[in-house]
Amino acid sequence: MLGILNGRVYDPLNGLNGEVRDIWVKDGRIVPPEEVDRERAEILDATGLVVMPGGVDIHSHIAGAKVNAGRKFRPEDHRDHTRTRTAFTRSGSGYTVPTTHLTGYLYVEMGYTTVMEAATAPLVARHTHEELEDIPILDKGAFITMGNNHFIMRCIREGDRDKARDYVAWLLSAARGYAIKIVNPGGVENWKWGRNVSRLDDEVIGFGVTPRQILTTLAWINDELGLPHVPHIHGINLGQPGNARTMVETIEALEGRRAHFCHLQFFSYGGEPGKRLRSGAAEVARAVNEHPNVTVDVGQIIFGEATTMTSDGPLQYRLHRLTGNKWLNDDVEGETGGGVVPMHYRRKNLISAVQWITGMELFLLIADPWRVFLTTDHPNAGPFFAYPQVIKLLIDRDARAEVLEGLHPKAREGALLPELDREYSLYEIAIITRAGTARALGLKNKGHLGVGADADVTIYADLEDKEAMFAHPRYVIKGGEIVVHDGRLVRERPGRTLYVAPPYDPGIEAAIRDHFERTYVIASDNYPVQDEYLPHGEVVPCA
Amino acid sequence: MSTIVENVVCPFCGCLCDDLAVEVEEGRVARVRRACANGRGLFAHYDPTPQRPTVDGREVDWEEAIAEAARILNEADSPLIYGLSSMATEAQRKAVELADRLGAMIDTTSSVCHGPTGLAMQAVGEPTCTLGEVRNRADLLIFWGCNPAVSHVRHFTRYSVTPKGMLTPKGRRDRTVVVVDVRPTASARAADLFLQVQPGADFEVLTVLRALVQGKTVEVETVGGIPTARLQELAERMKTCRFGVAFMGMGLTQTGGRDLNVSELFTLVAELNQYTRFSVIPMRGHGNVAGADQVLTWQSGYPFGVSFARGYPRYGPGEFTAVDVLARGEADAALILASDPMAHFPGAAARQLECIPTIVLDPMPSLTTRVARVVFPTACYGVDAAGTAYRMDGVPIRFRPVLPLVRPTDEHVLSEIVARVLPG
Repeated sequence: MLGILNGRVYDPLNGLNGEVRDIWVKDGRIVPPEEVDRERAEILDATGLVVMPGGVDIHSHIAGAKVNAGRKFRPEDHRDHTRTRTAFTRSGSGYTVPTTHLTGYLYVEMGYTTVMEAATAPLVARHTHEELEDIPILDKGAFITMGNNHFIMRCIREGDRDKARDYVAWLLSAARGYAIKIVNPGGVENWKWGRNVSRLDDEVIGFGVTPRQILTTLAWINDELGLPHVPHIHGINLGQPGNARTMVETIEALEGRRAHFCHLQFFSYGGEPGKRLRSGAAEVARAVNEHPNVTVDVGQIIFGEATTMTSDGPLQYRLHRLTGNKWLNDDVEGETGGGVVPMHYRRKNLISAVQWITGMELFLLIADPWRVFLTTDHPNAGPFFAYPQVIKLLIDRDARAEVLEGLHPKAREGALLPELDREYSLYEIAIITRAGTARALGLKNKGHLGVGADADVTIYADLEDKEAMFAHPRYVIKGGEIVVHDGRLVRERPGRTLYVAPPYDPGIEAAIRDHFERTYVIASDNYPVQDEYLPHGEVVPCA
Repeated sequence: MSTIVENVVCPFCGCLCDDLAVEVEEGRVARVRRACANGRGLFAHYDPTPQRPTVDGREVDWEEAIAEAARILNEADSPLIYGLSSMATEAQRKAVELADRLGAMIDTTSSVCHGPTGLAMQAVGEPTCTLGEVRNRADLLIFWGCNPAVSHVRHFTRYSVTPKGMLTPKGRRDRTVVVVDVRPTASARAADLFLQVQPGADFEVLTVLRALVQGKTVEVETVGGIPTARLQELAERMKTCRFGVAFMGMGLTQTGGRDLNVSELFTLVAELNQYTRFSVIPMRGHGNVAGADQVLTWQSGYPFGVSFARGYPRYGPGEFTAVDVLARGEADAALILASDPMAHFPGAAARQLECIPTIVLDPMPSLTTRVARVVFPTACYGVDAAGTAYRMDGVPIRFRPVLPLVRPTDEHVLSEIVARVLPG
């Protein structure tokens, strides 16, 4: 039992904007005061402190085949970034691609308590779950890539949406996934022919379907299944000059269906293909503002080292050719592909600078904080532990102006950012880092401090320096236990893995067995992730 | 009374064939269907009867053996943990945790096998694909310095040469198979084209292939014993195939040049993607050596050759790798997990295992168990113990044990030892 007394509570889902309140905790949940025996409860005096729900990250690459390949091939990333073991914690290493235990520690030390792994191929979902189990303290889930899935594309070609729906439900259950992920729909399949897609109506080779059909079918399926999250979309043309137009067309293609677009910054460039990169944030932000069915996260560039890793195989190859940096690729039968390429974002590099400006403009031009979220698409645009740096920039326009001064001079030409005076309030920061993300993920017990919520609480000293404030919380409470005190980890406990189990017509299984015979070299009975991989699993119900 | 278990996963090699049917009679494996001779032998010869652990050759109870192992490791200044490749990831995770808590060095059989492949991947990257992509798409296969007809017996029929797939409906007839090796091997008999390279000349041949792929003129008439004209033909074939896959093995990693040979092949494969699609898949040997790489990487950041002596992971191929550590006499205790270094290590390294207290976890007796101070006869993953293994292409599969578990698992013994590590 725990009481957090007299704190200034920022709990946007319950309308609290810095009002002084007491929060009571029992058995890992927020409870009404009368349920707590005050004599026996541990009391935290939060007078003058800022109290928020634990942070909820909607998109981060923290576990699984791609992430671990990134760790393995970047020893240069780890050498100078180590964590020494203590009596109760494990050692670790890594800057942009930290080891599993270190990933858990770094997130929690920053006040985050729930993180979603952004892309897992179902064939290797078992690997993702093994790593998630080795990421302590955090609650986690995994998004399952489906945008280039052969079974789904065949169903679309045959006009059998119901069959696709049952398959998706089966696949989410088999992979113990949390959400439908779509990455470069059709483009990754075409990459297996050395090609890509660049328009929503391009054809996927050998399947006669289009990216538009894949997107709309999966968005329909998502609604049909009543999944807690919406389809989580990485569209086509990532990183290409002029892709803002594609992004707007993609939003319109959904015809009002709900969806989340991830790391929007990489999809919000003006200019023309093959020409100089410019920000197209205004055009994309306008479309987001006009489409209440859409949420987004930004994928803000952090200057310094990064490791790009996506299921977007052709993109990763392009980055390899562009930078000359080493390249991993992994094509996965019948499902997806992927790649990893190291990256360095520089203030004085025109492209990096334009990318940084584009992300900032999206944050400031998208009006509704409930629909734009803080991410760095870790580790693609930069490491997650740089979030406090971004928060400071959002809160303080002078800090932004200072960074702008140091950028490549051409990046500022014609940029909107110098004119944008908006400054985020603490209330809005609480939305874009926990309340809004929890709501978009459909996590009813996360992102708020109302009665019944999980007792995941972060308590900050209200410092003038917002970066320091958000980097080193005074306390972090996970599941009702204090795990961080004065920025230091004081306890390790296992976290949970959240997944969905939508029902499906068992009649689908014969077609799936046939699909396995045709496509895979693993028995269909050996494919689904078994219960043993989820010793701390929890099913999140569908609507 | 017999029962048949279907879709059994064979733990023997990196193929992890998961289509075996195993018939069990009276608590023993009676028949194994669809397995190769290697896999069949593993299932048929394993005796699941519980054995007691030994300390100095004396049979003791499990608690006493665990206490003695913990005492040895706690007293050591510089313990070495080695092996890992024939156990499930659940046990590997415990092994790395033990190394971390002890401040030990930990190394896997990768370091005497595909370690140089890991170094090459760290230097130049690795364009790869899963084995199902090989089945469905590959029309050109190149086996370089590997002999799957002997080492990965069902590879040709299950994954690479003969299976029919989406774009390879005629199976073998839709593929061209090239074997490059220093001698005509059993695998070479299955090839459309066999190129015999002089021992130690792989790097030169690969470099010339890179040049030819890039359209450069090569003036010498033969390279590494192979006529340049034939390499020119191969280069054209590689550039014009639909989906090429190179498989590589010890012929590149354990001959002069080692990781440089592999880097050259990986670079060639990456460059071929300017013309078509091309991938490379290392032929991983032991059943879960790929999993050992994975686990050590996600827990420490590095795939093999790791020291936790300073309290955090450091990577040191040549420095913290088992052969080097033992040959220099730098380890003062050894924990050997599911491997047999006495049989495989160079003499100077192997002899050191007789001079320091050595602990072994292994389902079967071996040369190493013979010299060990403490021996734990544990269960055999895949036969009587469940757990996870990673196929050579990184696909994780769960074992389906066919016999009831009556012996303690590696995971159990390692957990017990972890619980007895003294702070400090």
